Amino acid sequence: MTGPKVYSPVEKAQLRSAYYATRPTGFTRYLRTSLPWQVIRFVLLNLKMIRIIGMSHRGKR
Amino acid sequence: MVVTRVVVLGAGVAGHTAASFLKKWLGSKVEVTVVSPKPDYNWIPSNIWVGVGLLQPSQVLFPLAPVYARNGIAFQQGKAVAIHPEGEGENGQPFVVVESTLGGEGGKLSRLPYDFMINATGPKLAFEATPGLGPGGNSLSVCTADHAFDTARVFDDLVQRMKRGERKRFLVGTGHGLCTCQGAAFEYIVNLEFELRARGVRDKAEIVYLSNEYELGDFGMDGIHIRRGGYITPSKIFTESLFAERGLDWITRAHVTGVEPGKAVYESLDGSEGEIAFDMAMLLPPFRGVGLKAFDRAGGEITERLFAASGFMKVDADYTAKPYESWRAADWPRTYQSSAYRNLFAAGIAFAPPHPVSKPRQTPKGTPITPAPPRTGMPSAMIGKTVAQNIVDMIGGSAEPTHTASMAEMGAACVASAGANPFTGTAASITVFPIVPDFETYPDYGRDIRHTFGEIGLAGHWIKIILHHLFLHKARMRPFWSLIPE
Ligand SMILES: Cc1cc2nc3c(=O)[nH]c(=O)nc-3n(C[C@H](O)[C@H](O)[C@H](O)COP(=O)(O)OP(=O)(O)OC[C@H]3O[C@@H](n4cnc5c(N)ncnc54)[C@H](O)[C@@H]3O)c2cc1C
Repeated sequence: MTGPKVYSPVEKAQLRSAYYATRPTGFTRYLRTSLPWQVIRFVLLNLKMIRIIGMSHRGKR
Repeated sequence: MVVTRVVVLGAGVAGHTAASFLKKWLGSKVEVTVVSPKPDYNWIPSNIWVGVGLLQPSQVLFPLAPVYARNGIAFQQGKAVAIHPEGEGENGQPFVVVESTLGGEGGKLSRLPYDFMINATGPKLAFEATPGLGPGGNSLSVCTADHAFDTARVFDDLVQRMKRGERKRFLVGTGHGLCTCQGAAFEYIVNLEFELRARGVRDKAEIVYLSNEYELGDFGMDGIHIRRGGYITPSKIFTESLFAERGLDWITRAHVTGVEPGKAVYESLDGSEGEIAFDMAMLLPPFRGVGLKAFDRAGGEITERLFAASGFMKVDADYTAKPYESWRAADWPRTYQSSAYRNLFAAGIAFAPPHPVSKPRQTPKGTPITPAPPRTGMPSAMIGKTVAQNIVDMIGGSAEPTHTASMAEMGAACVASAGANPFTGTAASITVFPIVPDFETYPDYGRDIRHTFGEIGLAGHWIKIILHHLFLHKARMRPFWSLIPE
């Protein structure tokens, strides 16, 4: 009788779809919830969105 | 004074926007009647938070009748079943047949005459397309506030069991090869993961995404390309990264063929078959038109003249069947006027798109696995407003509609929640221009890379919260509502 396959460490790592994905570094993750940085992003994101909304309402690029 | 009667079918984003602007712009010159089967307005994007137990249905719903009464709009609670755009017999007055959904009226039918009509009935949630799919079967949904509430209860129960040490598997995604709205499945899976972490049981959960997308990040838009970090990067890279970071597994290119108790069975694009067991599955249904019928003056059925096979209403799009390589931005509708009757319009999800946006693909057996085109909230509202402007023009004497809102000429700003907490939450903020790619104008990616953008962070979550309150404020037609953009 054969039991479930035992995977080697290299196989185990590569089995996950995540192995082939880009991962953020600690610093990138930190920035995502860093208050001062996110306050700045909040302002910039709003400006970007207002621009897209404006362009769409005018129906031109 | 001649009063023009405008009937709006549907009180979702598109219909409600159209009705409120029509009344605001024309006042007593117009009699606006909204027909909708449910008494409440639902701010659908926030159903995601209801589905993980963070909001109650009452926080995403409000009764329509008082809002309409305050603003001089008539409301008829019922479901449109048939359109008679030529009237009947000698009487050429167009009308729509409405079946009451009020308790006690037992489906009473009535006729509602109109001079202009807007079909904004949104999607029929076609759970029946996949055996066992949906709340009546073996999986859950977040498409309505009620569905989302029931989903939250199952989720809560599983969390309690996990707290007692049990391991559980969650399956989230699309329940059919032709689904759209992957953005909602995306938001649900990342919010679910965030909540499991918040409740201290993440280590007991396996979470799998099952999708009809060819690659993660397709979203029915053939993906988008974002300029960031010194590269132009496809959305696949960002979405995979987000999933990998959160320990989510994924299966793409899948058409779910059946949902059994605790098990989903699917066919893959390469022809292989697979199955996956689950303790809880939230799988979206494909969308169809709501099944309105149409009749000519003599009572002959003309449904096929007004509606595409999908049940969505045909408008001023180019519906000629063409291969993917011949699709053009110009195929997409601009005014949303019915191709058959000039006083009929469709807005929001209710209009028939000319073709998908994502590249069509099928399995060796011929099963199509292609996301249907997206029609998110912002374009739905903008189309609703444009249709209202066109009706205003036509009432004013213009022979044809003059305002346009092609999805190949408008952009969209979208904020997808990835975890709801004012300090540790995040959301993906995305802008695209245009929504439907235009490869003639933008040969590289079909979109203007300067305005197509994406980023994840806490600021996005703050924006999402603000949008929730702003859009509910607007829908309630509270002071200055019309200044809030779509
Ligand atoms: C869970 C979820 C999350 C989402 N999140 C986002 C998001 O974050 N951002 C975004 O932009 N979009 C989002 N969307 C998409 C967005 O909800 C839709 O684009 C939008 O609701 C479409 O508007 P609509 O008016 O065409 O249809 P709906 O909003 O569905 O409205 C249709 C209306 O028609 C009524 N109706 C149905 N049948 C009849 C009939 N026979 N007669 C009369 N009335 C009828 C319905 O009751 C309803 O009032 C999400 C969708 C879902 C399901």
